[in-house]
Amino acid sequence: MSGVTIRDLGKAFPKEDGTFTQALEGVNLEIGDTEFICLVGPSGCGKTTLLRIIAGLETATTGIVTVDGRAVTGPDPKRGMVFQEYSLFPWRRVIDNVAFGLEMKGAAKEERRRAADRYIEMVGLSQFRDAYPYELSGGMRQRVAIARALANDPDVLLMDEPFGALDAQTRNRMQKELLSLWEQTKKTIVFVTHSVDEAVYLADRIVVLSPRPGSVQEIIEIPWPHPRDRTSAEFAEVRRRVLRMIDETENAQ
Amino acid sequence: MNRQTQKRLLGIAALVVAAAIWQIVAEYVVGRSFILPSVTDVASAFVTLLESGTLVADIAVSLQHFGIGLLAALLLGVPVGILMGWFRVADFLLDPIIEILRPIPPLAWIPFAIIWFGLTTQAAGFVIFVGAFFPILTATYAAFRSVPKVFVEAGKVLGCDTSLELIRYVALPAAVPAIASGIRIAMGVGWMCLVAAEMFGVSRSGLGYQLWHNYYLHQMPNVVVYMLILGFAGLIIDRIFRNYVDGRLLRWHAGEVA
Repeated sequence: MSGVTIRDLGKAFPKEDGTFTQALEGVNLEIGDTEFICLVGPSGCGKTTLLRIIAGLETATTGIVTVDGRAVTGPDPKRGMVFQEYSLFPWRRVIDNVAFGLEMKGAAKEERRRAADRYIEMVGLSQFRDAYPYELSGGMRQRVAIARALANDPDVLLMDEPFGALDAQTRNRMQKELLSLWEQTKKTIVFVTHSVDEAVYLADRIVVLSPRPGSVQEIIEIPWPHPRDRTSAEFAEVRRRVLRMIDETENAQ
Repeated sequence: MNRQTQKRLLGIAALVVAAAIWQIVAEYVVGRSFILPSVTDVASAFVTLLESGTLVADIAVSLQHFGIGLLAALLLGVPVGILMGWFRVADFLLDPIIEILRPIPPLAWIPFAIIWFGLTTQAAGFVIFVGAFFPILTATYAAFRSVPKVFVEAGKVLGCDTSLELIRYVALPAAVPAIASGIRIAMGVGWMCLVAAEMFGVSRSGLGYQLWHNYYLHQMPNVVVYMLILGFAGLIIDRIFRNYVDGRLLRWHAGEVA
């Protein structure tokens, strides 16, 4: 069981002049085990901040985040993170990037390489296991980053616009692969995106945040099975609804 | 003929022509070995010095001075650079001291090098240390300050719990290329300090000392031999280091900068 509970969460960033920017305020959210959640919202609404608080990379000003009933106090390999920027360590080969978390846990070389190999195979990059990151394309790098996060066997996989820098075709393929990984590993996934299309394609539930200070404005359930047809009428309908929501809040500001 | 051989042949040709002009000017225009030793004067001086064994001995002594100084600069410069680059408090604490000491030319330390260490290998090493320390420190500091934040955060979420782990597994490897170029600069500065330190009497042997000593003896062909040896040795040290770093340490870096 790996649910995430967010209660009364607020985050204020101090500014130069001594005042504060309220990025998030009164965020409440329950994320179920093995659920795929997409966070969307107008730019600057704090969706990345929310994800980073769940990861433990930022601390909340008010409120609390618990995973499996335990409060989040700092970064932990139990909450895997995939960043928007390329975050692979360029000095490590693919295999040693993926094995990094296990190395930190103190696993023996043989053991961690065996585990890493399994995850590299899962993302379909076995023939690149000894390559350096600069030899890989953008999509491949993000696949390795996903494998690296999964190799720690996290309870929750946090993804911060991981496909944002990829071209449209690669992006679609990556979405498909991510769904298949999700089905194989049964991880809880929290996925930040500014692409509504991506959210409707991937998520069990789309969480729409309001503009700054961000809070949960609406949650849209998408009960359809995968794979989903992007061209269907109902897909377009949900996409339109979410877009209108983001648009309205943005204009109301 | 491909580009590479063309380059090499033209380079050799230019060297031969330069040597020929040097020889002609020295022998027929200047005519005094004291003012301008000719190529053949220098060559025979070289052979004599080589046969007597002093040349090899002096190279060994100079390399020893250089090695001591550079090693000390590395052992101190890299850790202090890491401390200042990683911990804000260490930066605030040490920065004023560093900023006052850094502009002092390394050669200004020669009197104290002699007073503290006497005419020893350590005294010469100390002057080289002063010259090499600051480039290494500055490079390490700058490299640590510019480690991409995303690498550090990735390290944290992947299980690096302490600063020590983050430094060892994330920041240091990320900083190695910049530190390496700092070391290269430091080696250049150190080599210059070596000659000066030996010339100014911190040592009773070594290439720099011999260069100055032979000047007093008016053995100008020998002076040229030492000048050339100093140049070649500096070049070779730099080449070895660069090949080592490029080839081995930074295989991953090739594509990063390109």
